[in-house]
Amino acid sequence: MAERLKVHVDPDKCQGHARCKALAPELFELDEYGNAHEAGDGTVPPGLEGKAWLAKSNCPEIAIDVIEE
Amino acid sequence: MSDVSQPAAHPPVTDWVNDFDHTDPQWTDDPFPIWEELRAASPVVHTERFLGCYMPTTYEAVREIANDTEHFSSRRIIVRDVRPEVARNAAPPITSDPPVHKPAKQLLLPPFTPDAMKKLEPRMRAICNELIDGFITDGKVDAAARYSKYIPVQAIAHMLGIPESDSDLFINWIHMILELGIKDENKLLQAVQEMSDYFRAQIEERRSKPTDDLISYLMNAKDKEGQPLEESHVLGSLRLLLIAGIDTTWSAIGSSLWHLARTPADRERLIAEPGLIPIAVEELLRAYSPVTMAREVVKETTISGCPVKAGNMVLLSFPAANRDPKMFPDADKVVIDRRENRHAAFGLGIHRCVGSNLARMEMQVALEEWLKRIPDFRLDPAGTVTWSQGTVRGPRQLPFLLGKAM
Ligand code: SF4
Repeated sequence: MAERLKVHVDPDKCQGHARCKALAPELFELDEYGNAHEAGDGTVPPGLEGKAWLAKSNCPEIAIDVIEE
Repeated sequence: MSDVSQPAAHPPVTDWVNDFDHTDPQWTDDPFPIWEELRAASPVVHTERFLGCYMPTTYEAVREIANDTEHFSSRRIIVRDVRPEVARNAAPPITSDPPVHKPAKQLLLPPFTPDAMKKLEPRMRAICNELIDGFITDGKVDAAARYSKYIPVQAIAHMLGIPESDSDLFINWIHMILELGIKDENKLLQAVQEMSDYFRAQIEERRSKPTDDLISYLMNAKDKEGQPLEESHVLGSLRLLLIAGIDTTWSAIGSSLWHLARTPADRERLIAEPGLIPIAVEELLRAYSPVTMAREVVKETTISGCPVKAGNMVLLSFPAANRDPKMFPDADKVVIDRRENRHAAFGLGIHRCVGSNLARMEMQVALEEWLKRIPDFRLDPAGTVTWSQGTVRGPRQLPFLLGKAM
C-alpha cells in the first residue's frame, strides 16, 4: 500500500502564483485574492499523488508541503 | 539633485565582472554568456555605474533579496543614471514597502485572479485573430510590431475601459519611461505627466457616468480605514497597470515566437500536442524572462556571503536567476516539457507580479491562435531581430517569413 498523502499550503509564504491550482486543480483552491489553500483537509485522493508532488516542485515560494502519513 | 539636462552616453564595457552595464549593446543583444561570466565570478557583482549598483547572479541570491524588505526598498524599481527624489504614490503597490504595500496590493488582486482571466479569454482570442487577419496573406510580417505588441496593450485597455484604439499612444509612453527614461529624465517625466493627464480625464468622465471597468473599480475602492483612495494613489496604480501590463507580455510573447521560429522541433511538438502549451509557456518564461526589477539597498547587509552597502541600487535579475544551473538542470536549454519549473519570471515574495495570471493567459492564447493559423514560419534572413534595452527584455523587430520554406 502506498502511503496516504496530504498537501498543505503555508499561508504566510504563498504569494498567489497559482501554479498549484493550474497543475493540480483538484487539490487546491484560491481565495478572492488568488492566494491558495488546500482543498478540504488536504488529503490527496488515490491517483493524484503525482500532481501533489508536481505542484510542490513548481511553487516558486516553496509554500507547499506534501506530508506522507 | 538630479541633472535633467543631458542624457549621458555610456562608455562601452570592457570588464563585465567589475563594470557591468545592462544597457550596453552587447548585453541587449545577448545577455546569457554575460550572466554566466558574472555568476562564475560571484553570487553578487558590483558596478560603479548608475551611481553604484549590485547584481545578484544566482537564484539563491535573488531569492534572498526579494524576500528581504528590511534591507532592500522598492521605492526605486528601475536602475537609472540618476536618483531623483521619489514621488509618493509613484506606482503602488510595486513601489511600496511594508506596511503600506499589502493593502495597496490586495486592492489589485481580485480583478486578476485566474477565474477573472477566464472571462477575458474570449476577447483575447478575438484580438489575436483580428491581428493575424491583418497580415496572414502577406507572406511575411514583423511579428513584434504587428502581433506581440498589440495583444497586451489591447487586453489592458479592455480591462481599464480605455479605447483600444489609443494603443500606440500607450506604447509610446512606455517606451519613454522604460527605455529612453533610463538615460533621459525629461522623457520619463513627460510621459508620466501625459499619462496622468490622460487618466485624470478618464476619472472625470466616470464621475458622471460610472462604468464597470478597472478605473471605476479603483475610484470606488476603500482603504483599510474605509476611506476612498487618494487621487494620487488611484493615478499611481493606473499608471502601474498600464506600464506593467504592456511591455512585459509583449516581450514574453515575442521571445516565445522567436524561439519557435528557430526551433521547428518544438513548434511541431506544440502543434501535435496543444495540451503541452501551458507547460511550454512556463519554460519559455523561465528561459526568456522579460522582467528585471530593481531594489535600493537601504541598510547594509550580506547576501550569499557578499557585503552590500546602503545607497546602491540592485539589479534584481529574475532572468539571470532563471538561468542558474544550480537551480535548473540544463538551464541554458529550452526544454519545452520541463515539468519541475520553479522559475521566478514573475518575481518572488510580496512583489509577485499582480498580472501574472493575465500574462500567462495572454501568452497561451497568443501561441495557440498563432500556431493554429500559422504552423510554419521562420526568421526572415533579409531582416534583423532587435531587442529592447534595460528593464524589460524582448524582441522589438521580429521579421518572419510565413508558410513553408520553398
Ligand atoms: S503555487 Fe505556491 S505561491 Fe502560488 S498559489 Fe500555489 S501555494 Fe501559493
